[in-house]
Amino acid sequence: MALTVLDKIWSLHELPPPPNDPVTKDNMPLILIDKIFLHERTGAIALQNLTERRLSIREPEHVFCTMDHIVDTKPGRPQISRMPGGEAFIQALRKGAQQHGLTLFDIDSPHQGIVHVISPELAIVQPGLTLICPDSHTCTQGAFGALAWGVGSSETEHALVTKTLYLKKPPAMRVWLEGTCPQAVTAKDIMLWLIAEKGAAGAQGMVVEFAGPVVSAFDMEARMTLCNMAVEFGAFSALIAPDEKTFAWLKDRAYAPKGDAKGGDWGQALAHWRTFFSDEQAEFAVDMRVDVSKLKPMVSWGTSPEHAVPIDAPVPDFAPEGVAKKANKKASKTADIKKAQKYIGVQSGQDMRQVPIDAAFIGSCTNSRLADLRRAASILKGRKIADGVEAICVPGSRAVKQAAEKEGLDKIFQAAGFAWHEAGCSMCFYVGGQGFAPGARVITSTNRNFEGRQGPAIRSHLASVETVAASAIAGYICAPDELPANIGAK
Amino acid sequence: MPQAFTSITSPAAPLMQANVDTDTIMPSREMRQVSKTGLKDGLFANWRYLNAAERVPNPDFVLNQPAYKQAQILLVGDNFGCGSSREFAVWALAEYGIRVIIAPSFGSIFFANCIRNGLLPIVLAQADIDSLAAPMPSPVTVDLQTQMISLGENENKNKKFAFTIDETYRNMLLNGLDEIGLTEKNRAHITDFITADQARRPWVYKQHKQET
Ligand code: SF4
Repeated sequence: MALTVLDKIWSLHELPPPPNDPVTKDNMPLILIDKIFLHERTGAIALQNLTERRLSIREPEHVFCTMDHIVDTKPGRPQISRMPGGEAFIQALRKGAQQHGLTLFDIDSPHQGIVHVISPELAIVQPGLTLICPDSHTCTQGAFGALAWGVGSSETEHALVTKTLYLKKPPAMRVWLEGTCPQAVTAKDIMLWLIAEKGAAGAQGMVVEFAGPVVSAFDMEARMTLCNMAVEFGAFSALIAPDEKTFAWLKDRAYAPKGDAKGGDWGQALAHWRTFFSDEQAEFAVDMRVDVSKLKPMVSWGTSPEHAVPIDAPVPDFAPEGVAKKANKKASKTADIKKAQKYIGVQSGQDMRQVPIDAAFIGSCTNSRLADLRRAASILKGRKIADGVEAICVPGSRAVKQAAEKEGLDKIFQAAGFAWHEAGCSMCFYVGGQGFAPGARVITSTNRNFEGRQGPAIRSHLASVETVAASAIAGYICAPDELPANIGAK
Repeated sequence: MPQAFTSITSPAAPLMQANVDTDTIMPSREMRQVSKTGLKDGLFANWRYLNAAERVPNPDFVLNQPAYKQAQILLVGDNFGCGSSREFAVWALAEYGIRVIIAPSFGSIFFANCIRNGLLPIVLAQADIDSLAAPMPSPVTVDLQTQMISLGENENKNKKFAFTIDETYRNMLLNGLDEIGLTEKNRAHITDFITADQARRPWVYKQHKQET
């Protein structure tokens, strides 16, 4: 039988039904969970609940914790957290990790950073593994050919105690990317296009496998950006079959199997990893092909990632085809669009390229890795951001920050007028504490433009790092290939 | 242990908007303590209050309207609960008193979180939700035993909508099952599987940590 990557991972992790179990008998098997990651924002409460219930963790050596969501990222980290009451979450995670004997990458660890950045950096995620984290962007890690997904606290607790989860097998969808990717078009733009085209529920409940020549040509960072945005597409998770690039990334990282191709754990693991590809005849519940040749840099205009347009297209007054064509949904969608336009302060027919911005943000698990920062720096080099724009760059991890500084990227960002922060989630979301000026219009490399996501009345415009950098220089929303040569030149 | 669910009769508050995300249901800044409780005042804070800091109610928001103040049922749009995995969103809804959410579709993590907290998420066609919303505010009865939604009292007496929910979830909700307790009964079974897996994938079980 022809199998998908998902099928292959699944069959290795599905337990036979236990005798007399009331749950698994209805097609909801127990699935083995290989690795668990926790962060202070949602992990602390899970550990606290276990302590209160006097439950212990089955395999603490396979559970990892990081501080990313609410740690201070201002240069030098003058505080522990800027969130009012935030310190309690940090202390609770420290206490929980210690009580349960878990590996914690604390604020001062050289490995600290956004969970979905450091897990691949340390090779904790590996092909063919199951990995969960109480965080919806865990799908990012599927870029390594793992089944990685976000869960709530209750499921986290269940997996911590039992090393399993009850889970119905999600259907598989394939998105085959082909054609010649225009230079200004990135993984981020492809995802915004896809979500705008098919709707924020376009892949609902499915595991999206990204494949095709465009994906093969992408570096691991770009692949992570693709998978990261899958949750904004409604997906259960996303994955990419591992290949030589994946193996090269993992080799010799802290938690990678030791040895070489000829032997040791690495050799054994490698042979196993090479089995994770979708067979030629494998069937997908949804199989779509996208020719990326005609795509443009994208920018969001509304309050859902599906509210996005190619940079030269007018703001629409209709919902994405994938959703709105169900006729009876149209009315409510139109009302949603009006509401979103009102919140963001744009109108149908408007050209987004004329919209001035107040702030620019580069960071988050979508776009804060070394390759992202290099691409942004290549645009910022020798230029200055527009007057009055507040621009911030937050590397995804301390390792990224250090590597970037070694190359002098921090100097380029700072010379351009960007603030250069410590690693963390930072202003990807708002918890009180640090934020943009109320009502500010922000061009951002993050993944969510929800109402208030980045702060009260903040208007977020999602885009690629290149578009964020170009817009910061221009002072208005601007694609990297449309940035006039004389603007911002020093 | 989640509260068991059998049947509920209550006004059903319509919040008919697509893609209502968990940041909207429970804004991050309202999650102030490491606790599953103390969340209900933060529910829909950005919409529910004219001024969230001072908790000045927004009279236009559906749950602030007298007819829906006590509503335990929410009628919502497509992809409800998309976005962040925060279970705080479900805890806040439960603490506020919501027991049933009816939507054309749900964010998948949110859906799973509902089941674990005794909240019944019902997937229903948009047209049916629209007709449930129409004769408001007459009470709606949701019965999980019979998997039936019915309208009460008035001229709509005979209007009924069947719904289906996965048998597993139905059992969990009907019995308020404690999943961890259930799975722990299978501990030996899981151990057997892990032992076999250790032979299959030995490197997965080793810690290859290199200190840097
Ligand atoms: S960077 Fe943003 S989206 Fe990513 S894990 Fe942190 S808060 Fe979530």
